[in-house]
Amino acid sequence: MSILINKNTRVLTQGITGKTGQFHTKAGKEYANGPACYVAGVTPKKGGQSFEGIPIFETVKEAKAATGANVSVIYVPPPFAAAAIDEAVDADLDLVICITEGIPVRDMIRTKYKMIGKRTLLIGPNCPGVITPDEVKIGIMPGHIHKRGPVGVLSRSGTLTYEAVGQLMEAGLGQSSCVGIGGDPVNGLKHIDVMKMFNDDPATEAVVMVGEIGGSDEEDCARWVKANMKKPVIGFIAGLTAPPGKRMGHAGAIISGGKGTAEEKLRVMEECGIKVTRNPAEMGKLMKSVLK
Amino acid sequence: MKIHEYQAKEILRKYGVRTLRAVPCFSVDEAVKAGKTLGGKVWVVKAQIHAGGRGKGGGVKLAKSPEELKTLASSILGMQLVTHQTGPEGQKVRRLLIEEGADIKKEYYVALVVDRVSQRAVLMASSEGGMDIEEVAEKSPDKIHRVIIDPVAGLTDAQGDDIARKIGMPEAAIAQARDTFKALYKAFDETDASLLEINPLILTGDGQVIALDAKMNFDENALFRHPEIVALRDLDEENASEIEASKFGLSYIELDGNIGCLVNGAGLAMATMDICKLYGGSPANFLDVGGGASTEKVTEAFKIMLKNPSTKAILVNIFGGIMKCDVIAQGVVEAARQVSLKVPLVVRLEGTNVELGKKILAESGLPILSGNNMADAAQKAVDAVKKAA
Repeated sequence: MSILINKNTRVLTQGITGKTGQFHTKAGKEYANGPACYVAGVTPKKGGQSFEGIPIFETVKEAKAATGANVSVIYVPPPFAAAAIDEAVDADLDLVICITEGIPVRDMIRTKYKMIGKRTLLIGPNCPGVITPDEVKIGIMPGHIHKRGPVGVLSRSGTLTYEAVGQLMEAGLGQSSCVGIGGDPVNGLKHIDVMKMFNDDPATEAVVMVGEIGGSDEEDCARWVKANMKKPVIGFIAGLTAPPGKRMGHAGAIISGGKGTAEEKLRVMEECGIKVTRNPAEMGKLMKSVLK
Repeated sequence: MKIHEYQAKEILRKYGVRTLRAVPCFSVDEAVKAGKTLGGKVWVVKAQIHAGGRGKGGGVKLAKSPEELKTLASSILGMQLVTHQTGPEGQKVRRLLIEEGADIKKEYYVALVVDRVSQRAVLMASSEGGMDIEEVAEKSPDKIHRVIIDPVAGLTDAQGDDIARKIGMPEAAIAQARDTFKALYKAFDETDASLLEINPLILTGDGQVIALDAKMNFDENALFRHPEIVALRDLDEENASEIEASKFGLSYIELDGNIGCLVNGAGLAMATMDICKLYGGSPANFLDVGGGASTEKVTEAFKIMLKNPSTKAILVNIFGGIMKCDVIAQGVVEAARQVSLKVPLVVRLEGTNVELGKKILAESGLPILSGNNMADAAQKAVDAVKKAA
């Protein structure tokens, strides 16, 4: 078992003819069950062509009808990416994973509004994607650093997620699924949503939660964990040394009005029974200690 | 991206927001002339810098005669204005706004931001205008009223009236306040603003609702569709190294420590700063080289970090995914040679092609300290700085 995606997932790539879309579709297809999982691509005006044996369609609806694709991954450039999400939602897919970084917030506000009442889930934008090790990889993470196992990984960052995975591997721990939810202020699933899925997933025995400064999503998740979580959770928050008022790379990573500090998030997480570390090099070790 | 008060007011006027008559000036002569043009007996001389807290810092003063206007303009223009947002070194004042005086009866606060929880724009308003709103939020949060805005319907008349009443606008001014709120939201939405703050919004003796100050920040991801806003950028207000970095697609923020950190990814970059501090050191910067760093990018990153005289060591922390470690190693070696590096360099590589990357570093003949993992690398960087001191 796993969450969100597995070997039966059928993936379509929106923006499959762009350089980024091609690179990562190829890498995804080459990973584990990728050859069976990657079934379609979508690029307007390129319908009828193919890439690496994957047929390309004009629209998501056509691609879904022809191939049974149920999950979309988006590598469309930022000015058009929100419309690409809208299209996937309209086609009633199960899940949309939007990798694109740099989508205007105003576009995402409208996209989230259009998603009300729809069943399609959204991960991202501005995220590394989702991987269920040894089954399927959808996104830009390096597949080879992962291995199947009992730990769920949930993070707002890209490379910091790889760092967490690297440390888990060092400690001999594989992963059930790794989910990068992205760093944008207006986005799809939040920490709390993914945590609920890990709680219900029989293959997940514990969860690493990696957060960042800005917003209060980690705190909301921590409170849910305290009341409902049946499995151990460990956590780290990046940005203890970040100065207030400065945007640290991600659009959402900013301390403003004295809110969203790493210290506050860590305090709430600890209060809620999450074992936290202030040392980003000790996430693996800490996980090992709670799984004994 | 930030703009000046006078620029924000120009935008808001186009949307029908009332402001006072005012003239932006770049010299004392222009300021004196502006006073004459505006007429009247009192003028406000306002320093135009991007940071907030200008009034408290002495950058906003009232002139009661043309002579006083000249004296104040001379003293404020060119001053190093220090506010709680500028840092101790302050910001040089290069522009002034000369504004007519106003008969202020009551001051209010109004702002628009994007709210992460509702995933919508939110209008916040308070009867406690003119104050530091963070202080109000802390001491009397019940005095801040919020309304979530539907992105399709916009701010409705009913919502506008309701929030105007909640902050205590007199009945006679409700319609004007509502129209002002609606205009502010329209301006916020159509310009892709990330922040629009009016502090204070005033009610005058004759019942006018006027934006006495204006602050606007914009979503950098949306600037591609707003050339008119890009044209308002004032590079004098930004850190030179940060501008230089942005030209190469590097996300760089100068900090006050001494370990230069070069990292791929914002989260890992913050974590690297954190671990330096945890081990008794202090980061000189935040630097995210992004997903596809080339040799050129890494070289520029080194140059930018070394321009900061506080940088006493460099810590490179790369977890290569798409970015291959051998490419990064090549870039690091090249960069170290090009800048004839004088400070200790610690490199930690992990991920794709890591062995190849380590080999390139070892065979370069450069005195590069290799970090086995994040902790080891950070410790070595901290020790190197201590040893050099």
